[in-house]
Amino acid sequence: MKNMAEMQRVGEVIEASTTEFVAQCYELYQSPPLGSLVKTRDLPMELYGIVYNATTTSLDPGRRPIARGKDEATEEEIYRSSPQLLKLLRSEFGALVVGHKDNGKLRHYLPPRPARIHSFVYQCTPDEIREFSQSFDFLNILLNAHLPVSTEELISACIRQMSQAYEDRHAFLVAVGKELAILLGGNLNQLKAILGRIKG
Amino acid sequence: MTENRRLGIVVSGSLTKGVEVKLNSSASVEDMAVGRFVTIEGQKRRFFGMITDISLGVIDQKLTITPPDTSDPFIAEVLAGTSTYGTIHVLPTLTIGGDVATMIEGPQSVKTVPSHFSVVNLASQQDVELVFGSEDEKKFYIGTPLDMETKVCLDLTELVKRSNGIFGKSGTGKTFLTRLLLIGMLQKGTAVNLVFDMHSEYGWESRSEEGRKVKALKQLFPSKVAVFTLDEESSRRRRVSTDFVVRIGYDEIEPEDIVLLRQTLNLTDASVQAVYQLAREFGYKRWIEATLALEDGEETRELLTKLNIHESTYGNLRRGLETIRRLPFLESHTPDNPVKRILEYLDRGINIVLEFGRYTDITAYILVANLLSRRIHAQYQERMERAIGEDIAQPRPLVITIEEAHKFLNPDVASQTIFGTIAREMRKYNVTLLVIDQRPSGIDSEVMSQIGTKITCLLDNDRDIDSVLTGVPNKSELKSVLSKLESRQQALIFGHAVPMPVVVRTREYGSAESYKDFIPSEEAGKPAEKDIEELWE
Repeated sequence: MKNMAEMQRVGEVIEASTTEFVAQCYELYQSPPLGSLVKTRDLPMELYGIVYNATTTSLDPGRRPIARGKDEATEEEIYRSSPQLLKLLRSEFGALVVGHKDNGKLRHYLPPRPARIHSFVYQCTPDEIREFSQSFDFLNILLNAHLPVSTEELISACIRQMSQAYEDRHAFLVAVGKELAILLGGNLNQLKAILGRIKG
Repeated sequence: MTENRRLGIVVSGSLTKGVEVKLNSSASVEDMAVGRFVTIEGQKRRFFGMITDISLGVIDQKLTITPPDTSDPFIAEVLAGTSTYGTIHVLPTLTIGGDVATMIEGPQSVKTVPSHFSVVNLASQQDVELVFGSEDEKKFYIGTPLDMETKVCLDLTELVKRSNGIFGKSGTGKTFLTRLLLIGMLQKGTAVNLVFDMHSEYGWESRSEEGRKVKALKQLFPSKVAVFTLDEESSRRRRVSTDFVVRIGYDEIEPEDIVLLRQTLNLTDASVQAVYQLAREFGYKRWIEATLALEDGEETRELLTKLNIHESTYGNLRRGLETIRRLPFLESHTPDNPVKRILEYLDRGINIVLEFGRYTDITAYILVANLLSRRIHAQYQERMERAIGEDIAQPRPLVITIEEAHKFLNPDVASQTIFGTIAREMRKYNVTLLVIDQRPSGIDSEVMSQIGTKITCLLDNDRDIDSVLTGVPNKSELKSVLSKLESRQQALIFGHAVPMPVVVRTREYGSAESYKDFIPSEEAGKPAEKDIEELWE
């Protein structure tokens, strides 16, 4: 917790429920990648979430952005000539709550209370990812969630992200693959789809 | 270490059928082998058992219809042990720890099964040693379990208490095993042996299948073995020093001996009856001579009419007796009684190998083996009864080794031969059999069920396998083990002398090194070590 300041802060919770929270990014387009592990604090608890969705919309829902690049040479020029754009747009991401840490103990199930609004959201470090993925119980939450993105896409993205924290990526992928093979024993097509997305 | 040995967990099963074990993904089915030993760590007990079957399973039948792309090593690795898995069937036979009885008395036979999801490991050397013991003054090292260095030992004192059998197809190592067992008995001195050596392989030396010379009993234990022969010339040609030349007098052949030869001599029922009538007429001592001396003429016809023997019956019997007469070791009267001589040697604790030399035909073998055994058995019976009555030492246990046992013990004659009697009455008179045969199905089932310890090399005929396994619990499991034995140097041992069925790779025999292990220290210890080395050259 001490090194919280050093960790990469990616946003702030603006909407929260028991199963998920939505955070707004401090910088436009700086949302963490799909499937990455993020966390937020509600002392003494830490909530872990997996990014399942990211959006960039107009700050004012009534005013949609309009096309501005007709006379500009590059896309960057658009932002340079209208610097207010960065303030009129906002990036948000949704994270599915997959576990929490209570008094230093990691638990792979839902916390008793949702996250608080305006809690900071941090991207987890490789150490934390390794600690969290000691158990694959979170896969079950992902499999059973009803989300706008397909489960296969989310799970494979999450596994790909996590595997980067491991030196022996292959061993991790095989271990998680085996867990999935057991969880998806009755649904071979889904298993095949996920395995196809995480291999290599 | 234990991690590597871990195979899987128990998932189902029963006491009668054995338990089903799902293999861990790290254990490949291809590394398993039927006959291998495993331990099961139950909650309260440790179980010891043998793999009897191996099979493949899938979590979903769809996988068998639309197999996944296993050319991708990643997919194959993920699916192995999860969606597709191996199972082994284990027959737990003993408990080797955990409860009080096992701690005090050693391994006990199982009366229950391990609970769900008990961990199954490959048995360690110590476990196997705990079960099969280590070599000592009673136990003889016969071979090693599959893929292990531990010794499997037979309790020879227990072994000789009952009749035993060595079975196997021709060329699978029966002779080899028999020689090993005989050496064991000699080494441990648990019994004296009388070997009816049809092919002259056990006395002095013989050749292995590769054509190498192999030392036999007398070369290894010169002071404990005597070689008797029926065929002096053959023995001399093979440079075997014989101790006694066996000659059998006609006066020693009794009607019962002929009855036994009924099949080989092709005698009819009426001829068998005629034998008894003739014996009554001429006396039990000289009936053969007298019958053979009958000439074609009026007198003979009168005699036959008197005895109510039909002429064709007489012809049939006569042809049979002529076959016997052609056996050169038969004489009208012999000065020395072979039975007496054999008993003398046996009493001194000297083992006898009776070589048949050229007379390898079954008639000679059955006649001699039966004739001698019957008288020896009668003597033993008498002595045993005296020993019980007068409270004196019992005669030494005697083991009679016979080959081609189905000729003596087939259902038609088993009730009549002495071997049938010995096999059935077992150890009452301290005489037991070591039966060697390649067609166990030909042996009377009653006799078969009395055989204490069976050592079986590969058998592939279903009837033979069934007959060997009669009366054995978990027959079907052992059947799969038996039919998968290698054709050489592997044998399944089960019965009285081993705590549970075991597949062994028989110990080495035939090299200079191997001989040294067999010689008891007092015999080998005398000359300096170096001399021995030279001796073996």
